[in-house]
Amino acid sequence: MPAHDIVIVGGGGAGLRAAIAIAEAAPSLDVALVSKVYPMRSHTVAAEGGAAAVIRDNDSLDHHAVDTISGGDWLADQAAVEVFVQEAPAEMIRLEHWGCPWSREPDGRVAVRPFGGMKLERTWFAADKTGFHLLHTLFQTSLKYGNITPYDESFVTRLLVADGRCQGVATIELQTGHVDVIAGRAVILCTGGAGRVFPFTTNGAIKTGDGMAMAYRVGVPLKDMEFVQYHPTGLPGTGILITEASRGEGGILVNRDGYRYLQDYDLGTPLDVSDERHPVKKSMELGPRDRLSQAFVKEQQKGRTIPGPYGDVVHLDIRHLGQARIDKKLPFVRELATKYVNIDPVYEPIPVRPVLHYFMGGIDTDVEGATVLPGLYAAGECACVNINGANRLGSNSLTELLVFGARAGKAAAAFAREHPPPDLAQLDKQGVEEQHRLARRFIQKTGGHERIAGLRQEMRDAMESGAGIYRTEAGLQAACDALAALRERFADLQLDDRSLTFNTELTAALELDFMLDVAEAIAHSALARRESRGSHQREDHPERDDDAYLKHTLAFCNGAMPRIDYQEVSITRWPPAERVYGR
Amino acid sequence: MEKIALEVFRYRPEEEQTPTFQTYEVPLHKDWVILDALNYVKDELDGTLSFRHSCRMGVCGSCGMMVNGDAVLSCAAFLTDYRPGPIRVEPLANFPVLRDLVIEMNDFMAKLNRVMPWVVREQEKPVEEGEYLQTPEELMDYKPYAMCINCMLCYAACPVYGLEPEFIGPAAIALAQRYNLDNRDEGNAARMEILSTDEGVWQCTLVGECSTVCPKAVDPAGAIQRYKVASTTAWWKSKLLPWSR
Repeated sequence: MPAHDIVIVGGGGAGLRAAIAIAEAAPSLDVALVSKVYPMRSHTVAAEGGAAAVIRDNDSLDHHAVDTISGGDWLADQAAVEVFVQEAPAEMIRLEHWGCPWSREPDGRVAVRPFGGMKLERTWFAADKTGFHLLHTLFQTSLKYGNITPYDESFVTRLLVADGRCQGVATIELQTGHVDVIAGRAVILCTGGAGRVFPFTTNGAIKTGDGMAMAYRVGVPLKDMEFVQYHPTGLPGTGILITEASRGEGGILVNRDGYRYLQDYDLGTPLDVSDERHPVKKSMELGPRDRLSQAFVKEQQKGRTIPGPYGDVVHLDIRHLGQARIDKKLPFVRELATKYVNIDPVYEPIPVRPVLHYFMGGIDTDVEGATVLPGLYAAGECACVNINGANRLGSNSLTELLVFGARAGKAAAAFAREHPPPDLAQLDKQGVEEQHRLARRFIQKTGGHERIAGLRQEMRDAMESGAGIYRTEAGLQAACDALAALRERFADLQLDDRSLTFNTELTAALELDFMLDVAEAIAHSALARRESRGSHQREDHPERDDDAYLKHTLAFCNGAMPRIDYQEVSITRWPPAERVYGR
Repeated sequence: MEKIALEVFRYRPEEEQTPTFQTYEVPLHKDWVILDALNYVKDELDGTLSFRHSCRMGVCGSCGMMVNGDAVLSCAAFLTDYRPGPIRVEPLANFPVLRDLVIEMNDFMAKLNRVMPWVVREQEKPVEEGEYLQTPEELMDYKPYAMCINCMLCYAACPVYGLEPEFIGPAAIALAQRYNLDNRDEGNAARMEILSTDEGVWQCTLVGECSTVCPKAVDPAGAIQRYKVASTTAWWKSKLLPWSR
């Protein structure tokens, strides 16, 4: 059984940033970087538009904080947001020093672009492949540290707790099928979100909420899970992301009649695209994602969207930017639209629809990334600090994984120094139990009747119809019931594959198992929140209710259905007010 | 619905000594890529088929395969382009096969480490002093080589790597050049130790297949050629003008 000082689960942006933070702050500690894929496959790779941090003289940390807090409909913890905006610029510069190919001004300074819900240009970008460059820069930089041991293609199946501390993880080494324990004095979960719980998502196949479910199962609450973000501009069918930067650069959204429908939804008055003041920040197409996705649904109900083979769409028009600017600032948008919907955006508008993109909620942590379970930390999309409130602003998530990845790394390092080595005898016993569980429930099991794909699709349909952009009591209750029935049927699963070598049917079953837990937490949290706030819109409770619900939801794993509890929101300097865009 | 046949390479080391091909009929949707068809097989027909995939938008680099003999990203290769079929789907060439369409790429991971793909500096600049300046022209000097997604198609297409597995190979050399050409980096001399050895650039015979198959237009062949010219010039300079070093 390998033993390390710190075990990081997940090799995306947050996991790599945490690993580097430990390597730099505590070179004597050794780190296991455990990932179910090779780190450069992690879904950070697919982020496009950019990462927000104050750099310009006309900007201020308070501006960034206010945008973030109002963008999140006052559910963000303001103390955490202040930490976030303050540490963001240094994180971005650090990444620049590590070689990130940020786009530049002619004089060589880093360039910034406008983004939705942001008052000023503060989004750093590497053309429209920011996440790709950020991930590869972090991954390649991580290779220079001798004290980071990679465990690539190791699938973590559970967290191991002994003496009230998290002391390691059980893993399946995919290349051999070998089940082992990786022990550590502290564990950091950086496993990303769970977009695959929904049918239409920008998220890659690996985004199945593994870390969220594993933390939930050992008693750590999942916080604010009802807040899931629909990105307003995904490609129909595939859900491939068309970056918000296309609107930051001046792209517009139009309905069936070529009309800029956002003006009908309290998002401002459109300026002509030839007007030099266009695009106006925090207005129209640069409104926040929740409001834009909601406007799509309303527009659809009015019959003014455009029918397509994968449901209704609207048009994202960037033609007026011209080929030169599109090729310089949005080359990936052009490549994706041309390849996947056969539309060259230089000449034709791109069909788009809202698709599930991001989880504001996640594993409940403090600003150091610590959970309530000693020795367990979390950072990145799988965690909920909470800086995003009820709706995340575009370009805050890449910055978040840097700031809080680094913080979780340092905090876990401090914890590891103060605690004794893991109890290998106890862990070994748990590892053997886990091996038996996997064999009994999956590999050797016979006589089951259910198939993974069928259950998975039913789960996604239940989430889309009950816990989508607009929700009702009845719809959410139906989703909760459907999920409970699916959980029972999951016990009757039958796999075809009995091999140990790279058994992706087994991992798909384990991922579905995780997703069912995450889906349950979302649906029950949403059912209990009888108000509308940010991305959580209840048709039966259309107003925000600060008296009853200015608080975080905590979902605790509790047998048949989660126990729901609440936690205070930290309000420091910005009392709750109306969210205002375009006026 | 029109159908098309996939002839898929199967190899399960615990069950069979030698690889076989298995044929699956899949619906020919006009907007389906090979990866969609493989997911259909796994979900509906045969849960035992293994392959890697994630982003299905050509950026994570997981799903490289040989399709009718060409190295491609299976998320970017449309079924209709292979009509009427059958379509032969195999693991990437030049790599050991772990199982089915899953290759073993530990060799590349080790080689990537050896070319030091990070910014090497004698003195690190403190973060408080802000960013390094880099003009758009300086950025463009190395940026094309920074687009590599490590998908391994270039290794599958490289005849030299097929014969001489010691060869550092196209993607790793392109990444070394990505840092060599970055004005923030000072690691050129250190990287030369690996790039100039027998396993480095001189093994390349300039077939150029790597650049042909690259889905991100990285042009590893160009990187290698450029490095050869630069290192030859440096070598001659050191011989002719030894005091100038």
